[in-house]
Amino acid sequence: MRNFNIALLAIFVGAIVLASHALGQQAYNWLPVAATTEADLVGHLFSFLVTLGTIVFLGVMGMLLYSILFYRATKNDPSDAPAIRGNLKLEITWTVIPILLVIWIASYSYNIYQRMSILGSLPLVHLHIMEAPAYAEMGSSDMQPAEQIEVVVKQWSWSFRYPSQNVTSTELHLPVNQRVHLMLQSKDVVHGFYVPNFRIKQDIIPNQTIPLRFTPNRIGKYQLHDSQFSGTYFALMTADVYVDSPETYNQWLAEAATRPPVPAVNLAKSEHSQPPKTPLRSKWHTVSPAQPPVVNK
Amino acid sequence: MTNIFIKSASEPEPTNWKRYFSFSTDHKVIGVQYLVTAFIFFLFGGLFAMIVRAELLTPQLDVVDRSLYNGLFTMHGTIMIFLWIFPANVGLANYLIPLMIGAKETAFPVLNAIAFWLIPVVGILLLFSFFLPSGTAQAGWWSYPPVSIQNPSGHLINGEFLWLLAVTISGISSIMGGVNLVTTIFRMRSPGMTFLRMPVYVWTTFSAQLLQLFCLPALTGAAIMLLFDLSFGTDFFSPFKQGDPVIYQHLFWFYSHPAVYVMALPAFGVFSEVIPAFARKPLFGYKTVAISSLLISVISTLVWVHHMFASATPNWMRILFMATSMLVAVPTGIKVFAWTATIWRGKLHFQTPMLFALGGVAMFLFAGISGVMLASVPFDIHVNNTYFIVGHFHYVVFNTVTMALYAGIYFWFPKITGRMYSEGWGKLHFWLTFIGANLNFFPMHPLGLQGMVRRISSYDPQYTGWNVVASLGAFLLGMSTLPFIANIVSSWLRGRKALNNPWNATGLEWTTSSPPPIENFEEIPIVTSEPYGYGESHRLAADSSSI
Repeated sequence: MRNFNIALLAIFVGAIVLASHALGQQAYNWLPVAATTEADLVGHLFSFLVTLGTIVFLGVMGMLLYSILFYRATKNDPSDAPAIRGNLKLEITWTVIPILLVIWIASYSYNIYQRMSILGSLPLVHLHIMEAPAYAEMGSSDMQPAEQIEVVVKQWSWSFRYPSQNVTSTELHLPVNQRVHLMLQSKDVVHGFYVPNFRIKQDIIPNQTIPLRFTPNRIGKYQLHDSQFSGTYFALMTADVYVDSPETYNQWLAEAATRPPVPAVNLAKSEHSQPPKTPLRSKWHTVSPAQPPVVNK
Repeated sequence: MTNIFIKSASEPEPTNWKRYFSFSTDHKVIGVQYLVTAFIFFLFGGLFAMIVRAELLTPQLDVVDRSLYNGLFTMHGTIMIFLWIFPANVGLANYLIPLMIGAKETAFPVLNAIAFWLIPVVGILLLFSFFLPSGTAQAGWWSYPPVSIQNPSGHLINGEFLWLLAVTISGISSIMGGVNLVTTIFRMRSPGMTFLRMPVYVWTTFSAQLLQLFCLPALTGAAIMLLFDLSFGTDFFSPFKQGDPVIYQHLFWFYSHPAVYVMALPAFGVFSEVIPAFARKPLFGYKTVAISSLLISVISTLVWVHHMFASATPNWMRILFMATSMLVAVPTGIKVFAWTATIWRGKLHFQTPMLFALGGVAMFLFAGISGVMLASVPFDIHVNNTYFIVGHFHYVVFNTVTMALYAGIYFWFPKITGRMYSEGWGKLHFWLTFIGANLNFFPMHPLGLQGMVRRISSYDPQYTGWNVVASLGAFLLGMSTLPFIANIVSSWLRGRKALNNPWNATGLEWTTSSPPPIENFEEIPIVTSEPYGYGESHRLAADSSSI
């Protein structure tokens, strides 16, 4: 009987591990297409977290459901169950295992964050966990020549300035496979820089310049969203982001430099002057949108 | 013995239904006043959420205008936290704590009553702001400056002004309540009720209210400074005048993260009372569960920056707070494992309180796992301020805490009212709530992973599918309160009379009559053993002999 129970438990654990592994592999697809080297790293981390999390979830849920199904009281049975008050070994086990698990998760997360180095590098700690260190490719990424771009936010517009060409735009163009260096600035309230495909987010605190580094690695068009609530027209504060091949990128910059600067079209501005006719309207005071940026394109 | 407790006030308190509308100092009356008042505000908060979900049914803006949308989600969050979960928890604690520790009253009955009567003031201030020309506060329940202090109307009395006043008053009320509950538990336990004989609900309330005393002053102070910035020209948080908006974020989260445990700890307490009673088994590992409550409190004061991983925080801060945040998983894990072990080999009965408790534990498990994920800095940076966070904390504040409040209300309903509720309506309420809550809050996780930002009033059409599911779930969840209201009202008026101990449960509150007399016990009980003596010969912790 004892052997039979152990065999059943082994099958249960095996099935959970297999199911969790399968779900962990699926997890990549729950995220938008990855378009930076940092996004690839976060994908691995997320897959790892989903695998571990599923093991814990299915394990505990399995025990709960088993009890719910098989330990029901028979109808009108007023008696009590055996008075088991605890088990020291078991309690120590379920204290120590979570401690080990969170140390594992924290170390792995540290390792990933170190390799992303979006705010500059962290002290290098060698953590031989889960997979071979990949510092050779990533650790040196700060050394690459970085394309510096100034990002300026206001209520409710984005503008991107390329100092080398003196170009300002409402579109963010980035060269593929090159370390990008953004200088984030806000002119009024706290905003946030967030491109879901890049897995990168950074609040922009007014009157500070915040540097943010990452490496786009997939050509395509993506969307930037303000990620910190910035007032009435917050939802409209988006911008297009293009990751271009080096040729397209240079061509776009050169072309933009030839265009005369004009005030940009701005969604918040147009909605402020002509609000949509929704059935419930408040007529509450709102902050007027700031003057749209003057841009080459 | 009893005559020394006779009120010195000249006018006796009413004893019929009118006492619930009077300035009563009876902790049981105050407890019911808190619960009913909080539930009324819960309905307002829920209504606002349903309008928000109606707007999010389609990608375009087509129900409310943007200012109203921002006002609605701000009021939804504020009301649910400051006028539903906090006061409902304090109400339940007010009712139960003296009964559970064998006391006749709380330590400071008048302070207790004042703390309660501040709650309707907070509610009226917030709801009244809908009628101001400037509208309600619209900066979210975090109210981050500078966006919260922009004041486009230029009026002195504006929505944000009333909001800050309301939060300050709510803070004062909670600190008063905390002083009362902590002192009561510390000083008024009956003979033999040592700390390690207190039920876990008492432990969790003690741990939660200590947090209120230690951390809440930070938020109250921040709210007052923000009020000065908004209305009287100071520049504590103005970035362009040598103020620092990030300091506000630190002060806000220094309280508002522990606040999550102020809300969740009593829920853990309810689970720890209900599950043993319906599994007919002692709580597994009582001492570790009890002490881990205090550990959760201590750790939770050192984790606040995980709300600011994407803010202007340096690397060292992100890494340090990642480590501390993950540690919370250890004492909370101990609790989940203990509840699981309690039902293992039990004799389970599935009345309504047990359904809500088990449903709450299962969904808390999910919330706990997504919580550990969020503590991981690189993953958090992706989902910070997206719907993943919104989904996660609704699994905590609704699917865990509100489920526990329902479990607690059904469990102690016979004690509070002296009548039984209807089991059929209770079960219907559970299933509608459980299904509605999961339909409503699960889809927020995939939406957040896909990158849908929170607090937006219109969104990219690619997110439509899951938003429709969430909105339908929200409407179902709204409807699910109807059988609850019908059940509670009709059972209170006409329900079957309840026995003193209808669940055959342990704990001192079940040794007195239902409802308990004014001073709770005929004779102060003497406690001789650990709680949860299910299956043991001395099942009730109390000895029947008197002082």
